[in-house]
Amino acid sequence: MSRIFSVALNTFREAVRDRVLYNLVFFALLMMVAAIFVGQISLGIESTIIVSLGLSAISIIGLLIAVFIGVGLVSKEIDKRTLYALLAKPVRRWEFLVGKFGGLVLTLTVNTGAMAAGLFLSLLFVKHSLDGSDATILIAVYFILLKIAIVVALALLFSCFTSQLLAILFTTGLYVAGLFVHEMRNLSGSKVSPAVQVIFSWISYILPNFENFNVMAAAAHGKAVPGILILQNTAYAVIYCAIVLAAASVVFSRRNLK
Amino acid sequence: MPMTAAAIQIENLTKDYPTGFLHMKTKRSLESLTMRVEEGEAFGFLGPNGAGKSTTIKLLMGIIFPTSGSARILGRPISDVEMHKDIGYLPEQPYFYDYLTAAEVLDYFARFYNFSAGERKIRVEKMLKKVGLETAGKIQLRKYSKGMLQRVGLAQAILHDPKVVILDEPMSGLDPVGRREVRDIILELKSEGKTVLFSTHILTDAEMLCDRVGVIVGGKLQGVGRPDEIVGLKVQGMEILFEADAANAKNAPILAKAAKSGSRYSLRVPEESLYSALEELKALGAKIASVAQIKPTLEEYFMHLVTKDRAQATAIEVHGK
Repeated sequence: MSRIFSVALNTFREAVRDRVLYNLVFFALLMMVAAIFVGQISLGIESTIIVSLGLSAISIIGLLIAVFIGVGLVSKEIDKRTLYALLAKPVRRWEFLVGKFGGLVLTLTVNTGAMAAGLFLSLLFVKHSLDGSDATILIAVYFILLKIAIVVALALLFSCFTSQLLAILFTTGLYVAGLFVHEMRNLSGSKVSPAVQVIFSWISYILPNFENFNVMAAAAHGKAVPGILILQNTAYAVIYCAIVLAAASVVFSRRNLK
Repeated sequence: MPMTAAAIQIENLTKDYPTGFLHMKTKRSLESLTMRVEEGEAFGFLGPNGAGKSTTIKLLMGIIFPTSGSARILGRPISDVEMHKDIGYLPEQPYFYDYLTAAEVLDYFARFYNFSAGERKIRVEKMLKKVGLETAGKIQLRKYSKGMLQRVGLAQAILHDPKVVILDEPMSGLDPVGRREVRDIILELKSEGKTVLFSTHILTDAEMLCDRVGVIVGGKLQGVGRPDEIVGLKVQGMEILFEADAANAKNAPILAKAAKSGSRYSLRVPEESLYSALEELKALGAKIASVAQIKPTLEEYFMHLVTKDRAQATAIEVHGK
């Protein structure tokens, strides 16, 4: 476990020193400016707009970091041959992978947390107070983080056996497909043949289902999110990440490095 | 050297790399390598670029996997990662996380051996001093020269006091002072009873440091032995140094075969012709200065193998899948 932690900590340190996290300062400032601007032009719904805008921004920035840094987690270490010295230490390849995953998720947690703090500050600036219904925003942020963790795992899997460019395409493709899982499962009544419907239904269970993670509308309108959904999404993300990381470990454990 | 347990035992290790479109063909970069490195010996792995030295070392370290064959280090299979606790490895042209300082990268690697924070600090400082980087320990590696990175590489390889040290081209990128320091470190490791396997194409280093050397060309092991054994395998002839009065012997055919340098002649003859040549020189009244065997230097032996097997010096294309 300490080996995984060491790799994770180093991955986090790399992200910090690569100044990835500096975008959050920029984001927080942007949020404050946007809050003032939106507060002036949208009377009555300013907080709804700020929450929608803020959560979308947190999601997009998190996804960009997850995809673009995620695909480089392994391939960069192979290309620069920094992995050679590391694999000569008593560390298993799957421990390295899990550590890399943990490091980037930790980075994204800090990043997302800071951006969420910026969002709350903006909200406070506009509303002058926060109430219990705003807790849904925290749940929405948590769901974004779970979604991002799945994307990191997918990016890591693809980067274990393909080029960075293809890994970006595959990860992005799966993410987009994962937004339409419900539609894929409900093709009955459409003009698609029954055989294709069955195939799409099967595929939809393999694809990551990101639709359940979207509670932005509820958060923007201060509606409560059912506790069971929090449990379901947490379990889904943990199991999905575990399966994807296991697959990545199998692939990476057999890979001949250059 | 007395026979002890093998520190490194390699048996029929073969490595093919897929090549070509859709990886339909393979190239063999190592063919049925069998050799052993005894505990406590310094073993030099010699060969030109592309001969299979780094491939062998990468196989031993689990960076790539063998097509066939097996290897054990300290009696344990190379697939056993826990065995790495007793091994130090310097990759060829090492590169480390350039956002870390030398002290940080060593501390990071030390964490994998479960040293306490205090012990890590002591070891890191000791290693930085040992490789001559004590004043550069807090500089990020992105600002390091190639030679400095090589020193960091050496430091991380011996940080945990391993029993077996495997160094891939340890002198590469170093200036004469650096090479001397690395040589001293290898000698120190040897005196501490550690097993050192290092690859090199710098033959003088091998002659100076190694108990035994293995020469590999075109993925095939060409010979293993003490450096003097290797070169002593083939005595190329005899060299007679003598002085002769040129006026007395100007028409002697034997002098036409000799090279003259100052007042001294040097004559090279086949081993079996030594006595007849000496008789001729005695008849001329020549004064014999010395008679010695002509042995190829390790370098000449090496070049002979490379030239002979030039076609195989790079990987051999063996077959399509």
